Amino acid sequence: MALDSSKTTDFKYVGTRPDRPDGLDKVTGRAKFGADATAPGMLFAAIKRSPHAHAKILKIDASKALAMDGVKAVVTRADFAEGLTGETWNVLENVMAGETALYDGHAVAAVAATSALIARDAMKAIEVEYELLPHVTDVDKAMAADAPVIRAGAADASVPEGLHPNVVRYYESGHGDVEAGFAEADLVIEDHFTTEATHQGYIEPHACLGTLGADGKGELWCCTQGHWNVQKLCAAMLGIETSQLRVTASEIGGGFGGKTTIFIEPVALALSRKANRPVKLVMTRAEVFRASGPTSSTSMDVKIGMKSDGTITAAQGTFRLQGGAFPGGPCEMTAMCAFAPYNLTNVHQVGYDVMTNRPKQAAYRAPGSPMAAFAVESVIDELCNQLGLDPFEVRLKNASREGTRASFGPKWPRIGLVETLEAARAHPHYTAPLKEGQGRGISCGFWFNHGGETSVSLAMSEDGSAQIMVGTPDIGGSRASMALMAAEVLGIPYENIRCTIADTSSLGYNEISHGSRVTYASGLATIKAAEAAVEELCRRAAAKWDIPEEAVYWEDGYAKPSGPNAGDHAPLHITELTADMGATGGPINGHFEATPEGAGVSFATHIVDAEVDPETGATKVVRYTVVQDAGKAIHPTYVEGQFQGGAAQGIGWALNEEYIYGEDGRLQNAGFLDYRIPVASDLPFIDTVIVEVPNPGHPFGVRGVGETSICPPLAAIANAVSNAVGVRMRQLPMRPSRVLEALESKDG
Amino acid sequence: MQYFKPATFEEASALAAGAEGITRFLAGGTDVLVQLRSDLVTPDVLIDIKAIPGTHDITRTEDGGWRLGVAVTGAEMSEHPDLGRDWPGVVEAMDLIGSTQVQGRATPIGNLCNASPAADSVPAMIAAGAVLSVVGPDGARDIPVEEVPAGPGKTTLKKGEIATALTLPPRGAQGGDAYLRFIPRTEMDIAVVGCAINLTVEGEVITSARMALGAVAPTAVVVHAAADALVGRTLDDAALKALTDLAEASCNPIDDKRGTVKFRTHTAGVLARRVAQIAYDRAKGAKA
Repeated sequence: MALDSSKTTDFKYVGTRPDRPDGLDKVTGRAKFGADATAPGMLFAAIKRSPHAHAKILKIDASKALAMDGVKAVVTRADFAEGLTGETWNVLENVMAGETALYDGHAVAAVAATSALIARDAMKAIEVEYELLPHVTDVDKAMAADAPVIRAGAADASVPEGLHPNVVRYYESGHGDVEAGFAEADLVIEDHFTTEATHQGYIEPHACLGTLGADGKGELWCCTQGHWNVQKLCAAMLGIETSQLRVTASEIGGGFGGKTTIFIEPVALALSRKANRPVKLVMTRAEVFRASGPTSSTSMDVKIGMKSDGTITAAQGTFRLQGGAFPGGPCEMTAMCAFAPYNLTNVHQVGYDVMTNRPKQAAYRAPGSPMAAFAVESVIDELCNQLGLDPFEVRLKNASREGTRASFGPKWPRIGLVETLEAARAHPHYTAPLKEGQGRGISCGFWFNHGGETSVSLAMSEDGSAQIMVGTPDIGGSRASMALMAAEVLGIPYENIRCTIADTSSLGYNEISHGSRVTYASGLATIKAAEAAVEELCRRAAAKWDIPEEAVYWEDGYAKPSGPNAGDHAPLHITELTADMGATGGPINGHFEATPEGAGVSFATHIVDAEVDPETGATKVVRYTVVQDAGKAIHPTYVEGQFQGGAAQGIGWALNEEYIYGEDGRLQNAGFLDYRIPVASDLPFIDTVIVEVPNPGHPFGVRGVGETSICPPLAAIANAVSNAVGVRMRQLPMRPSRVLEALESKDG
Repeated sequence: MQYFKPATFEEASALAAGAEGITRFLAGGTDVLVQLRSDLVTPDVLIDIKAIPGTHDITRTEDGGWRLGVAVTGAEMSEHPDLGRDWPGVVEAMDLIGSTQVQGRATPIGNLCNASPAADSVPAMIAAGAVLSVVGPDGARDIPVEEVPAGPGKTTLKKGEIATALTLPPRGAQGGDAYLRFIPRTEMDIAVVGCAINLTVEGEVITSARMALGAVAPTAVVVHAAADALVGRTLDDAALKALTDLAEASCNPIDDKRGTVKFRTHTAGVLARRVAQIAYDRAKGAKA
């Protein structure tokens, strides 16, 4: 009988707050990140990038570069595999341009040399002839009839006839009759909203060290959220067998979704193969901005009808996602998340994925949901204001609950939205007085969360300690969470467990650390692997006692006879069972592989106070409270950290962060001076409330927490600023000049 | 690229006078090295002046002013026990630049000679009446700070001329200066508009006034008419209104990614009012 350690209360280790195992390494500089790897004979690489938004590549002449002392190899698209299809082709085309440079910063060639300085000089010596093509960087302009076509035939079958070829995917869902619903409403508000592309802003630029021999065997060290995905993509692009490339994930200095794909790794491998030397490649910050994946910019229309008692009668949304020069803008998820918090009789949502001459968008923390929430929750706030209704009452009245039908189809299982709303309403923040010039905003947010392919292996040591190997890079303190969950099952102290992110040759396949899946899926697999080890430990005890294994149970690190009939045996501690495990049946391990399907969705409610300087339009967020359902917080400090991190990134997105393109289609702010991520002094203390509505799909009730925290901030901050200035803010970012214009529009 | 680390200003000047191509002087390097790394300016000759004796000294002049060596950093200014009591606006303007780490390297004279229109310390130095000392092939000369920048990235210094020190005049009794900038964030940012004012008073009445604006024209702007608007008056609403109008009228900005003409012009007026109030209060005895 399989052991089942499922529980939602009476934890010994889960829910405590021990130090993270990687903490000392990180604060002392001992941790090895992407750029920290070296190898004997290593070369340094640099990438030649297009200065043009859209241009045909006529000729690449690397002769001057190759003639330089210390230059060992130059690669272009011709050095990569042909015949790829689908997303693998898209990623390769983004990693190294084929016939056309599709955006400012698109890679066209790369060089490896004996020093980074020589590589940089050689890169400049590569000569590229271009024929300029018309470009478009704005989502609405890219959909217009006269827009230049970025790549004909890129649209998939979802796109209805008659749309511009730049519209490459289309999504539509809903139920009921929205027109009938709007007719029932006492007030209908329809508004247009826009958001700009923002970057994940991870502190660590992409970096890797690659070695690939003529025998088709390779080694790759890189910072990534998912090294099996790197392995699969790189092997395909280099034309080698997947298993012959061993990929090791470094410590990661932030990813937020932006490191779920690849940008430089196949280039290092191709250069290595050509030069027959290890090749290190590190992006500059300007390259990260120009050529990695920011999120989509959006153009959105939302229409909601409400009765004077606050009942929403109908809701409709159109969401246009600018995804760069490739398909992938998250139009489905944006549309699906938009109205997810609400139980609607009549709802209809449409999403468009639109190509432009910008870098290929990448995932950014709950892709699409923050923008959708901005549009929807702004309209709800405006309806509340105009109808004189309390924003909490209205949200509670219409809230999605267990058994109601989601806006995108399925019936909700056990969910915690109402609990977050009630906890937020009860928080002292909501009733605290506001000062002159301040406004308060609230918003709900939703994210799906994900399971995904997962493998975990656990091995006992002779001294009774345990090592866990997981395949999901630790982007949020997950090694601590894994050790806590294993400690709970094994009944040994947290400190006696070491959790390692295994390389691709040391463990079975693991999907990327994305979709807030790690604590859920790798956590579930860790619990199952630990249970398998405990079963074996019980078997060894049964053999020692010469009783049936069913007559042994495990409690707090001890094998115990299950009752008087099992015999009067003193409990055996785990160390007594592992000490001689070699002689009692061999090493004691546990492992688990599955694609768990029970990831529980997560909702959050945020409260924000913003203060606006009426003379300059500058906004300061003065108070912020995050209330979110975590299912079960395994390590509450890291759950709170995720809540605060989502809010902090949301503040930047709402107030000052944006990709700024010139008329020439070039990115104008490829650096942290003019791409304005909040600094510490821009942020208030971000208060957190962890709500725990257990997820039945996880043994301990875990729901993912990493992404939901960034869903409400754009809307909550926009509502706070709108209420502070008395004008509805419909465009992000709410930079000072924009707020000042809004104030002037009110005055005159 | 050639790198030199001379021991005297004469040697530095001779190196610069004889250099071919692009020459840059290296003090803190917070502009020079950043521009080098980002491919904006790759010097042919780099002359490191930090090893020249006295370049880190902050000293009282005989008449009660202050002399800052060419490699004096923002951190050295902020940590000086007396400098900030005389010229709080100058010290604060310098202290706004960059991070704590950058403050340990960045110098006000480098900020001046980099000739960015948005340089924070420059309007404050202009308002204070600071003077830059240089030596060159034709000997030594003193230049009022407002005459140093010639346009974005350009100065009026001649080939072979090198800055040696900055002199701030005596503060005197009943004086106060202040600087504010507008940035979208709270720090680690570049001025969209900057404004400095230096006042003296007798009782409530303003007896002298100098105002300078940054980031609203190709170089920092001296608003000479500020004296006409303020001298002989108290800082009442009418004076503040006059100052606002003057500041707005003195702007000749551009639209760019950092701000619009309209926003910069409007905000120059807002800052002028706020800065004037701080300088006025300081002149009347408020602690900085």
